Amino acid sequence: MHTETIDHGNAEKPPHLRFQFSDSARQFHAAKFGMWLFLGQEVMFFSALLCAYAYYRNQFPVAWSMASHHLNTTFGLLETINLLFSSFTVALAIHFVRLGKRTITSVLLFVTLACGILFLVMHSYEYYTEYHEGLLPGRFFHPEAGWHMPMESAMFMSCYFFTTVLHSIHVLIGVGVLGVIMVFNMKGKYSPAYYTHVEIGGLYWHLVDLIWIFLFPLYYLVA
Amino acid sequence: MSLAVVEQAPGHHEGAEEPDYIRGKSGVMSWVLTLDHKRIALLYLATVTLTFFLGGVFALALRTELLVPENGIMDAMTYNRMFTLHGVTMVFFFMIPAIPGVFGNFFLPIMIGAHDVAFPRLNLASYYLFLAAVCLGVWGMIHGGTDTGWTFYTPYSTTTTTTVLPILAAAFVNGFSSILTGVNFIVTIHTLRADGVHWMRLPLFIWALYGTSVIQVLATPVVGITLALCAVEHFLGTGIFDPARGGDPILFQHLFWFYSHPAVYIMVLPAFGVASEVVGAFTRKPLVGYRMIALSTFGIAFVGFLAWGHHLFTSGQSAVDAGVFGFLSMLIGIFTSIKVFNWVASMYKASIVMTTPFMYALGFFFLTVFGGMTGVALATISLDVHWQDTYFVVAHFHFIMAGAVVLMFLAALHYWFPKMFGKLYAEGPAMVGAVLVILGFIGTFTPQFFLGNEGMPRRYYSYPAHFQWLHVASTIFAYILFLGLLLTLVNLIVALVSGEKAPNNPWGAPQYEWDIPSPPTEHNFPATPVINRDPYEYRGEGIIENAH
Repeated sequence: MHTETIDHGNAEKPPHLRFQFSDSARQFHAAKFGMWLFLGQEVMFFSALLCAYAYYRNQFPVAWSMASHHLNTTFGLLETINLLFSSFTVALAIHFVRLGKRTITSVLLFVTLACGILFLVMHSYEYYTEYHEGLLPGRFFHPEAGWHMPMESAMFMSCYFFTTVLHSIHVLIGVGVLGVIMVFNMKGKYSPAYYTHVEIGGLYWHLVDLIWIFLFPLYYLVA
Repeated sequence: MSLAVVEQAPGHHEGAEEPDYIRGKSGVMSWVLTLDHKRIALLYLATVTLTFFLGGVFALALRTELLVPENGIMDAMTYNRMFTLHGVTMVFFFMIPAIPGVFGNFFLPIMIGAHDVAFPRLNLASYYLFLAAVCLGVWGMIHGGTDTGWTFYTPYSTTTTTTVLPILAAAFVNGFSSILTGVNFIVTIHTLRADGVHWMRLPLFIWALYGTSVIQVLATPVVGITLALCAVEHFLGTGIFDPARGGDPILFQHLFWFYSHPAVYIMVLPAFGVASEVVGAFTRKPLVGYRMIALSTFGIAFVGFLAWGHHLFTSGQSAVDAGVFGFLSMLIGIFTSIKVFNWVASMYKASIVMTTPFMYALGFFFLTVFGGMTGVALATISLDVHWQDTYFVVAHFHFIMAGAVVLMFLAALHYWFPKMFGKLYAEGPAMVGAVLVILGFIGTFTPQFFLGNEGMPRRYYSYPAHFQWLHVASTIFAYILFLGLLLTLVNLIVALVSGEKAPNNPWGAPQYEWDIPSPPTEHNFPATPVINRDPYEYRGEGIIENAH
């Protein structure tokens, strides 16, 4: 944790210190605090969808579990492991940027980013199979007749698609953000004295991961 | 002098006079790409003035149509679009961003002794998101507008053939502007207070902005996702709120009001904050009940999250739920009363200086008390069943939400005008404008209480002939209100062009922001100040007569 304090007025100000802050520690705290508030906002964003999920699952328990059985649990599990691993690598990246190890930080950020892309590819494949099985939401819901899926299963697919697509958009944004941070890191923008972007980018990535930890059992493992 | 200097500010050279923030830089790019919180505040001011005018034109069109029981100046469909666009424009593009965007941006850093907000670039991004939302909204209006009402209730909003998608998108984008402003303000208040500004020295306007920001961050995403669901359903027929596919329209109402009820406090809490500042400045004695006014803000912000169900009393809610929601809604009346009693106590035996901002504050107290009391009445379930969806509700929320916000927006504009622009306005026309606006507001909506009580439903195009005189009275006062606003606008523009130069503290007010030059310099303070007194400690300096 970086807690270096700059003497008021006397010492030379570091280049990353913006004029409105009196010292780096406070600037770092502000950035982190802002990110935490933003994450609070994200939680509320998804909680409305979880609220809809809870309500409709309670309304249509049978249709819900039948539709859930058609999701690809193996893929869901692999995606979960993949994201958990990427959370680990981004945490390591923050650890190493604090130690000033630029190359290993870049490698770890790249691994994290690659995991994000792998997640998106795997999930796209899932969407592709669901498209072929007619398991799309609302008026596009035309499952094979032999499956005897009740109409209400369409509601499951609506919730599933809306929530996971929104989550995938977050993964995509995370990949972009981590990509930019990786480039900045390779250009030597960060040091043990200043690594704010890596820290708050990591926080965001952990949240994206955390949301998936909730979505996976809720959608894939409904008994 | 109460602001001591300890640290050199950036760009400040010993002995050099720093130019003010308006003259410091010139050129269009210095405005559209500015990171200065004061210039961003002026960008907001220009934009919300336009949106307020737009919403006002819609309102006048509605009132003009209602002069006659049927077939006035427009057909029924146009009327439906008009009340929707009036609501959308006023709620999303004026009342939510107006006071935080303009006066919050301008004065939050100054009032805590900071050089800027914590994230200036995010601040500019918030403004452009807001501008993008306004453009999207106006684009939707030009392409026909929509007729759903600003509440976008499903399943009507997901099936209407009018141009609802750009309007939904506008509300969604506007939400993100509001969230980012909230994040920025909270972080600024936590991390950029100058030495000496401890929590119990924060000006009450800052406490109000803090409460507002908490609601913005926690409630806005919920409506964002709800409107997104609504838009996707309209577009793809996903069925989440569609009964034909097992969906439940009531779920939309719950999710919508989970935001939109707290949102009325996003609108009114900053107005309460301005009221505290104006009372603190013109009563010539320390404000009574500082702690209670500050804490009641959080009472309102917290209970505001638990009261949304009072919009659904007639939507098939159980009696127990309705009872709990009704009780919680009434609690808000208690927290608001704490504020009102403290303001009134501050005026008791005070040497009140009767100025235009104070006049607006008086009008605001009237509207708040009657708007608030009718709110408690509406939270009573048995009464609400009678008043639900009538003009009584319309009159109630125009008193407490619209009237309170508009009056305190104008109060803030007059109160801080000399500081923001370094010019004095003419007191006479400003006062006449204030009286016209206050009378106009009260006169427009008082007849609507009677109309609603007699059963006139809201959003109706035609009405029985015996309601006509009340509608005519309402419309006449709406025009008086418009006249007052016009006079105010002209007076302030004249002041901008040819106003007398304002001294640093024309009001003799005790608050911190009056200690710095009018208009402030680019970084507000030559160096980071140390503040060693309370914000409402009246010092008996610079009485108003000196200023004119």
